[in-house]
Amino acid sequence: MLRGKAFKFGDGISTDHIIPGRHAHLRSNLPELAKHVLEDADPTFVSRVKEGDFIVAGNNFGLGSSREHAPLVIKMAGVSAILAKSVARIFFRNAINLGLPVLICDTDGINDGDELEVDLSAGIVKDVTSGQKLTFGKIPQVMLRILDEGGLIPYIKKHGDFKL
Amino acid sequence: MGKTLAEKILSARSGNNARAGDIVIAQVDLVFVQDTTGPLTVRQFQKSGLKKLAKPERTAVFIDHAVPSPTHTLSNDHLVLRRFAGETGAMLSDVGEGVCHQLVAESLARPGDVIVASDSHTVTAGGLGAFATGMGSSDVAVAMGLGKTWFRVPESIRITVAGKFQKGVSAKDLILHLIGRLGADGATYKALEFGGDSIKEISMSQRFTIANMAVEAGAKAGVFPADELTRDYLSEQGRGTDYQPVFPDADAVYEQTMQIDLNNLEPTVAKPHTVDNVALARELKGTKIQQVFIGTCTNGRLDDLEIAAEILKGKKRYSGTRLIVAPASRQVLMASLEKGYLQTLIAAGATVLPPGCGPCLGLHQGALGDEEACLSTSNRNFKGRMGNPRGFVYLGSPATAAATALAGEITDPREVM
Repeated sequence: MLRGKAFKFGDGISTDHIIPGRHAHLRSNLPELAKHVLEDADPTFVSRVKEGDFIVAGNNFGLGSSREHAPLVIKMAGVSAILAKSVARIFFRNAINLGLPVLICDTDGINDGDELEVDLSAGIVKDVTSGQKLTFGKIPQVMLRILDEGGLIPYIKKHGDFKL
Repeated sequence: MGKTLAEKILSARSGNNARAGDIVIAQVDLVFVQDTTGPLTVRQFQKSGLKKLAKPERTAVFIDHAVPSPTHTLSNDHLVLRRFAGETGAMLSDVGEGVCHQLVAESLARPGDVIVASDSHTVTAGGLGAFATGMGSSDVAVAMGLGKTWFRVPESIRITVAGKFQKGVSAKDLILHLIGRLGADGATYKALEFGGDSIKEISMSQRFTIANMAVEAGAKAGVFPADELTRDYLSEQGRGTDYQPVFPDADAVYEQTMQIDLNNLEPTVAKPHTVDNVALARELKGTKIQQVFIGTCTNGRLDDLEIAAEILKGKKRYSGTRLIVAPASRQVLMASLEKGYLQTLIAAGATVLPPGCGPCLGLHQGALGDEEACLSTSNRNFKGRMGNPRGFVYLGSPATAAATALAGEITDPREVM
């Protein structure tokens, strides 16, 4: 069971909002890079987010670049899962490859600051603050196998090949 | 039941009867990285336990995003990539050669190839009939080591093109118009497949512009058939033997079909801060622009510089509007010098940057000041894209860019042609 607070974002949060190109010179210094996570969407996010918290977004979260640094700095900030109405293709795959769950559900009823509990295996989000319960779409089987190993690199290290 | 281009290519490369929705493991014909995502790819490769490249001769490392390097940290990232190429036998394309996608189009991509790379605009190679898509560093690291990757076979949206581009209108206007219709997530997880009677009206360079921006509608790939134009282009590049015809089946099944009549397109611009926020250039007249940028994997090719030079010949840029030009590759740079396009642009007041990504992603060169606006021929206008979250980026064609540089405000190029 994952527990934490909801940080609410709108539609169309791009990889440039998450970690813009102007910080590319920090990409091999991840602790420094991570200090800028989501700063163009909410400059206060990085100082408020705590281990286990959730990003709760609208449509097309993570659109744009293929930079895996985007889900990486989100994970480094302590975020335990991303909940969104929909998510861009490359970002989705990148997040799963890093062992960061992305859950597709109707996020409209979740308010910024709500306490959430997520049961990954049951597919249920409980909004403790409002009492509302939501179900999220199944993560495709192939991605679940990668997620179960903690990401693609640990998966390949263990299996040496795709055993999908 | 026939197959789409995506289904055909993924069937051939997976050895399966690949249908939309299937999960397949496909052989990868070309895999590459660039300098902002490559160092993480190298680190993931080293962590994966994979020892060597599956196909060193079809693995490439491009140093193109931060060139020449603006900081010592990026210089050190470049060192990581040069060392990796040296140790593994991967091809290396270093500072000044050009943007990865342009070089892949010129020299490496073949019709029917499956191409993956750690850059979202890898879709560009769909212009010559490859199934090409961007992935993150972990996926690309594994594809380099195993020579294959997994795909969900995408549904395809068929875009049927009729008519002829009118004066002042080009591929950029087509793709901005299409993204405006589809929306920024209108093709997520899907492929855009282009076809129809007028596909032959769209040159290879213009096909690359269109395929390049398929990802801005969320698409996994933007694919053109490999026809006579593709064959001629490959011959001109000295690799006619790389040609093979690639066409969809006549009875292929599409998720939906959309029509575009080239006759009806007008110069189109995407407004800040999303690519699907489109308007006609003439509707934006009066919008002041402080910087114009012509270049990138979207519109930094010879025909792009040609149309800009045609519009700016014998004229001067508006005094309050900077004009920055970056040819997409050394080949484009050399050819545009031979043709005199660059001389014309320089005489009109342009600052010419070396082949590379230039100001497109806000990493260096041409970052915007607070409240400044840029009209760029690139592919993204997200908030913060050009180095400053308080800047504004408009996207348009090279013709619109040149007309805007003359007037200092967004201008329909037909007014000055």
